[in-house]
Amino acid sequence: MSSEPCAIIGIGQTKYKKKRDDVSLPGLVREAAQRALDDAELTWTDIDAVVLGKAPDPFEGVMMPELSMADALGANGKPLMRVHTAGSVGGSTAIVASHLVEMGIHDRVLAVAYEKQAEGNAQWGLASGKSGGMGAGGIFAPWMRTYINRSGAPEDIGWKVAVKDRQNACKNPYAHLQLKDISIEKVKESPMLWEPVHFLESCPSSDGACAMVLTNEKGAKRASKPPAWVLASAMRSELGQFPGRDPVRPVAGVECAHMLYDAAGITNPRKQIDVAEIYVPFSWYEPMWLEGHDIAGPGEGWKMTDSGATQITGDFPVNASGGVLSSNPIGASGMIRFAEAALQVRGEAGEHQVEGATVGLGHAYGGAAQYFAMWIVGSSLDAVSAKK
Amino acid sequence: MAGDIAIIGYAQSPSWRAAELTEAQFLFPVITEAIERAGIGRRDLGFTCAGSCDYLSGQTFSFVMNLEAVGAWPPISESHVEMDGAWALYEAWVRLQHGDIDTALAFGSGKSSPGVPAEIFPLQMDPYTITPLGADPVSLAALQARALLDAGKITEREMAEVVARSRKSAIGNPYAQVTGDHDVDALLAEPYLTAPLRRHDLPPISDGASALVLATADKAKEVCERPVWIRGIDHRIEVHQPGMRDLTTSASTRLAGEKAGVGRAPVDVAELSATFSHQEKVLCEALGLGDKVDVNPSGGALAANPVMAVGLSRVVEASRQIADHGKHRAVAHATSGQCLQQNLVAVLEGD
Repeated sequence: MSSEPCAIIGIGQTKYKKKRDDVSLPGLVREAAQRALDDAELTWTDIDAVVLGKAPDPFEGVMMPELSMADALGANGKPLMRVHTAGSVGGSTAIVASHLVEMGIHDRVLAVAYEKQAEGNAQWGLASGKSGGMGAGGIFAPWMRTYINRSGAPEDIGWKVAVKDRQNACKNPYAHLQLKDISIEKVKESPMLWEPVHFLESCPSSDGACAMVLTNEKGAKRASKPPAWVLASAMRSELGQFPGRDPVRPVAGVECAHMLYDAAGITNPRKQIDVAEIYVPFSWYEPMWLEGHDIAGPGEGWKMTDSGATQITGDFPVNASGGVLSSNPIGASGMIRFAEAALQVRGEAGEHQVEGATVGLGHAYGGAAQYFAMWIVGSSLDAVSAKK
Repeated sequence: MAGDIAIIGYAQSPSWRAAELTEAQFLFPVITEAIERAGIGRRDLGFTCAGSCDYLSGQTFSFVMNLEAVGAWPPISESHVEMDGAWALYEAWVRLQHGDIDTALAFGSGKSSPGVPAEIFPLQMDPYTITPLGADPVSLAALQARALLDAGKITEREMAEVVARSRKSAIGNPYAQVTGDHDVDALLAEPYLTAPLRRHDLPPISDGASALVLATADKAKEVCERPVWIRGIDHRIEVHQPGMRDLTTSASTRLAGEKAGVGRAPVDVAELSATFSHQEKVLCEALGLGDKVDVNPSGGALAANPVMAVGLSRVVEASRQIADHGKHRAVAHATSGQCLQQNLVAVLEGD
């Protein structure tokens, strides 16, 4: 038994927006999948298996929607899997698809993730309609406050992340929010949702889908565009509540990152990773994950934000695409991070391309900050070692 | 080429009409028993994959609560499919091919009792064209049975015979929910529920769980006296609209069976997720299973139908036939969707 290299040769995204009432559910996933196939210069018949991911079914009111989407996903006569690991699901879906290639089960796998949140009420869905809609922000806000207290970060760090990600989004035609006149002042003056999170420090609710075509070395050689190679992937979960848990820096997140770095041969993530797409649904999660995944030392994450290191022009660009703060079809948000990291190392990110990026981090988390999925992609199989 | 993976531990809960325990509560002893039977420690597991369904339990993120039953502290490498546990088994089987870990846990669980299946399952159909019609599983299965009867592929007597045999077999199964010694003529004298289906042609409504521990070949030989080998496993889906399918056959089962290698050698025993009586014959035909094959010695899904676990339970029962009852080669089958839209087939062998 062994593992063979896996490459991403096609990426497709829909336009993310509040309400995609121009397409049905199958139409939405089809749009992303077709674009991924076009990018890979493949047709539906070239695909051996399909892996679909999305967040809870009650978001749209369709139970196990992969069944009614089998036709739209071109899956008839093929294996079709449906992954659901909370907010990390888009990342987990990509990893499950990569395993099918790495283990030699299939030559070409289509991974698709979506959410069509305007079909229902995500706040209601998250709480099964029971809690009166505390929402994800209500759960995460106390942990962000704890981070601020612990690290002594100044209050404008969250505002800076919010501004940076929205400015980046203006360079990404797929991004939902295009807030050209965003400013620190506007973020600060926007309504307080859950202290310390203002309205403009929070992710939107979006409709959208993302898709990728993954293949083996042989398939990558045939592709005319440059591939992104999956250099490592990792998933880690822990219980959401128990005495002694640190929800600000969850052990599952620390361990997931180190499993990932070890597998990719990364010893200094800050230096060896060129571009990171990190799941930041609320502004403070940028410094929290920089520390939570040991990219920055304890209390140092916010300083990276403060110094501009996480801007597109900085030494550790985070969310050049605009991130979850600019587009959030929940089930797809993790895959968008994974796909954007791949776009960057392929040199295909357009206006938000980070110059010369060869090693990228795709990251997703979910549940009560308890599910983690990450991958490292490279422009070549030795992209990490080439940096040493 | 996929390497051989072995089943080294398995367990299942009883099938209850309405469990008083939560899903996590009745999962815990099942997972514990599967791990103990495997002879490894809980912390030794290299990967865990779960199968469950939010809509069934009426609870978003219901799988998050089920993590409690696994004991995800310290943190574990873990994933979840919104599918029957048999697909969790498939993901774990794929993961083990890497060779960097040597054991994995797969489990499935579901509580059908909190809801009304006839109201919930129409939401599984195409939301634009079929769900508004309120097409429930029993009505769709009745259409399938009618198609089989009209095509002369089955008789109502044959359907009743499947029920009588399944319930009789289930008498010896401590996990079964519906058991009994029935006279076929008496069954045929029962009124129709949704013609041509009688109540006994339907599966029970069940709560329950099952779990399997898998190991790589080397690990299995080290810790297990009688490992059950997964010689082949494959799953396929087909077109969703029931009207676009020939409901009297199962093309996706046939294909999955071929890919899994069912026909490469004689089959001793088969555990099939035939949730309605008439589906057993469709599945036997698609898998090329002849008269000599012992079908559903556990009583099958007609005796216990814990949705999201029932497919994985077929693998558990097939494993039991090999490990405890001296059978050599078994086929296990799981299904998802209505009228057998998606199917998984595993071929198991003893040493």
